[in-house]
Amino acid sequence: MELQAVLMAAGGGSRMMDLTYNTPKPLLPVGNKPLIWYPLNLLERVGFEEVIVITTKEVQKMISTDPKVKLDVKMKLDLVCIQEDADMGTADALRHIQQKVKTDVLVVSCDLITDAALHEVVDLFRAHNATLSMLMSKAHEFTETVPGQKGKKKTGEQRDFVGVDGTGKRLLFMANEADLDEGVVIRKSIMRKHPRMHIKTGLVDAHLYCLKKSVVDFLADNKSISSIRGELVPYLVRKQFSKSTNSPKVIDETHQNLKKNDSNVNLEIQISSRDEELLHLTQERSCWNDHRGDMSDAYHGGRLRCYVHIMDEGICYRVNTLAAYIEANRLAPKLFDEPAVHPSAVVSERCLIGADSIIGASCQISDKTSIKRSTIGVSTTVREKVKVTNSIIMHGVTIEEGCNIQGSVICSNAVIGRGADIKYCLVGSAQRIEPDALPFETLLRPPCLRSTLTPTSTHRSTHTQCLFKQLNRNNTCLC
Amino acid sequence: MADCGEADGPVKKDDIVRAKNEGKELTKEEKQRLRKEKKHQKKQKDEKRPSERVKEKKPVAPSQPVATQPPTQKAPTVLPASAPIPVPVSGAPSYSSPAPSPADKPAKSRAEQKAERRARQEADRASKQQSCSSSSKTKAPPSELNPVVKRLPEHVQVDDPAVVKRLTKKFERQQIPLRSDYDYKVSLFSHLHQYSRKAPLTQQLSIPSTVIHPSIVRLGLQYSQGIVVGSNARSVALLHAFKQVIRDYTTPPNEELARDLVNKLKPYISFLNQCRPLSASMGNAIKYIKKEISNIPSQFKEEEAKTKLQTCIDRYINENVVLAAKAISKYAIEKISDGDVILVYGCSSLVNHILCEAYDKNRKFRVIVVDSRPRLEGREALRRLVQRGISCTYVLISALSYILPEVSKVFLGAHALLANGYVMSRVGTSQIALVARTFNVPVLVCCETYKFCERVQTDSFVSNELDDPDDLMVTRKGKTQLENWHDVSSLRLLNLVYDVTPPDFVDLVITDLGMIPCTSVPVVLRIKNLEQ
Repeated sequence: MELQAVLMAAGGGSRMMDLTYNTPKPLLPVGNKPLIWYPLNLLERVGFEEVIVITTKEVQKMISTDPKVKLDVKMKLDLVCIQEDADMGTADALRHIQQKVKTDVLVVSCDLITDAALHEVVDLFRAHNATLSMLMSKAHEFTETVPGQKGKKKTGEQRDFVGVDGTGKRLLFMANEADLDEGVVIRKSIMRKHPRMHIKTGLVDAHLYCLKKSVVDFLADNKSISSIRGELVPYLVRKQFSKSTNSPKVIDETHQNLKKNDSNVNLEIQISSRDEELLHLTQERSCWNDHRGDMSDAYHGGRLRCYVHIMDEGICYRVNTLAAYIEANRLAPKLFDEPAVHPSAVVSERCLIGADSIIGASCQISDKTSIKRSTIGVSTTVREKVKVTNSIIMHGVTIEEGCNIQGSVICSNAVIGRGADIKYCLVGSAQRIEPDALPFETLLRPPCLRSTLTPTSTHRSTHTQCLFKQLNRNNTCLC
Repeated sequence: MADCGEADGPVKKDDIVRAKNEGKELTKEEKQRLRKEKKHQKKQKDEKRPSERVKEKKPVAPSQPVATQPPTQKAPTVLPASAPIPVPVSGAPSYSSPAPSPADKPAKSRAEQKAERRARQEADRASKQQSCSSSSKTKAPPSELNPVVKRLPEHVQVDDPAVVKRLTKKFERQQIPLRSDYDYKVSLFSHLHQYSRKAPLTQQLSIPSTVIHPSIVRLGLQYSQGIVVGSNARSVALLHAFKQVIRDYTTPPNEELARDLVNKLKPYISFLNQCRPLSASMGNAIKYIKKEISNIPSQFKEEEAKTKLQTCIDRYINENVVLAAKAISKYAIEKISDGDVILVYGCSSLVNHILCEAYDKNRKFRVIVVDSRPRLEGREALRRLVQRGISCTYVLISALSYILPEVSKVFLGAHALLANGYVMSRVGTSQIALVARTFNVPVLVCCETYKFCERVQTDSFVSNELDDPDDLMVTRKGKTQLENWHDVSSLRLLNLVYDVTPPDFVDLVITDLGMIPCTSVPVVLRIKNLEQ
């Protein structure tokens, strides 16, 4: 077998707590399908037959019991549970399943929605015998207004600096702004080998990695690395140019140093493959070089190589913030061919449903409603004379007559009272909006979670009881 | 005259077709069959003579001068070194004798016709008995000489829809995706495949490839992207991949390793062929491997068989690539004297090896590297030679006649050596040889014997490889002139990979068996066949 797929679905969604406090992130509905369906569909389309899914017990329970969560995939899913409170990073999770990993792995994150041609990434991995191959995409500006934020730009989402060579495929440098003190520091060894480097900042990391098996074994010995994206990838990119990886003498010394548990040495042992001699002969006789202008051999004699495929066009989103979630809901229908209006939905004749809206199963849409550019979830009831524009309505919501919902996100099992006019709000799970309420750019959640809120949102939360009758523009609670 | 001519035409084509194919067993068989036929023709003649003595004297007389013509035409194309002259002569009377006989039919008696027919049938029956795989027609005499009608190889018949359909069916059966051609072909080469690098075959495969072994997929990618280039490198990489395949192979129950493994390799070979057409050296390596696998005795256990195959592969590579290179450099170094100016073309691994060895043995020479677009392989050769310390000059092929007065020898590598002595090598080699001949500069071709091939070719059109035409586009100062070449309906780009050099332009071929003239290639082939 060539590649094993590993899906990381244990993340908590820390950047969109408003949505994930009740529903775990992998099961958030996007276009009326759980978020985890998208990477699973991608893997299925490409031809994988088995996937190892690393997730929490809660998600596993919900997948097996909840009838609303239907995964519809033909692949065999091997669910591995980890403790939710163990605070495991992605690399820790890989270490956890080291026994199951028999060949090279393809690690995918559960919040990736993309239509990328995966064979491009895997071809780089195969053709150059690379240790790491990843997917990145040009970032798109999010144009939709995000509910709950008064149009303020999100504070310093840390930038990533990605350095690639002239062909745009070889990954030379990767650092996050948070790890850099004052400026970007590039080692002379890199510049000597690759004098022309293109540094890009506007790229989105799709968190899709092809890793060699030796890397997983290396992780097992090095317990200090806990995140793939944050620590492992920059480490591997740096290691490409380190002297110890490239010097041929290391192989002899490693047999003596095996007990020392030196991380550099361990990675080196595992990189060399069987039949090294024949491969070396092939490379010697082949008149190909990946660069020109200096006197060194192909790949500068380096054995650790990292490659990246940068997508120019196509959909590639990571649904880890609210803005991304909303954007993904807009674009998700393009990824699958199901009809916009589910056949089991009861839609009355006198309602206006726009072409880009999605109606979920078992919905009840009454007369004289207008639904434009919105997503209505499963088992939602929409009464008469309701106008829903640019919104996302999740499962089990009841919207009474005469409501006007614009640019909002209504989470599952909420109840919107009669005549409410909701603009750019986020209504949490199982909340009730009183009739004739007029919330504007607010987030509504039960108070018990105030302690776990992130600093930017604490001052926005409102107490459910003192809703909107006396709300001023600053959205602070007056009771 | 006329009917001998037209009998000649199809015969020649069939001979060329037959000789083109790789079946070495055919030539041996053919020789045997021809010898038997000679005997039967003589017997037939003796039988006919009493019945048609008078009539045949006249047709035989004019047929003799006619008969001498076809042998001289046929001999160089069929079996240059080994075919004895009597063979075609025995064939010729068989053409000419029925030709006058229909004209003389009313003159002959019934008994004579019957006897003639009986004799012909007997001869046919006898020839059928001798040849194991002949499908001779009883009516047409030319078929006695060519009982086996072999098909042209499929890769040179791409414009024939029936062949393409057959190929598609074969791939469906083997579960391999079909790589679609890049349709903007030059009409003269429309019978060859042309693929685009932007549409790799892996697009249609599932990612954890189950039908095709992962190391073969990797190899195919490396071929199509040009990471593994060069005849030697490709064969070594192929054998390395086969070693992995053999290592991961398990015999299914109720199957024999010898038969099943060969069947397993067939789809892999088709896959690799689609990624990039197989080279002659790869073809010979595959033949060797298949022979070795089929020769595994059935009492071997699986592990034993596998280790035996792995050692066979290692030995093959060692003998034919590594040791051959050593032997060739030993011979070649004798030819390099101090003060020489050596011209090389492109990047041949063998020639680079020779030059490096000669430099290590303290010969004083300098090298001129000639390069050509779009591959610009000469740069890699330049890098390797300069890295060793050899002083080099670099020119493009357009400056060849300018630089040749300085040159004392030309060393060329070869992709394959054909059975009629032609050298198949990177496109441009024939020009180098031509201009060098004009300047009276000796041309030496270095080639290992495992690249010798049974094919016969006299031009570069019939069988060649078409590379991606988009490689010809070059961007200078931000502008790509050929960017929209698809829109110009009268423009087509051609990117040929190989060309053939006639033996008249080559002075010496240095092989691991010694230094031979170009025309002795069939002799070497025959020796190798006898050895095996």
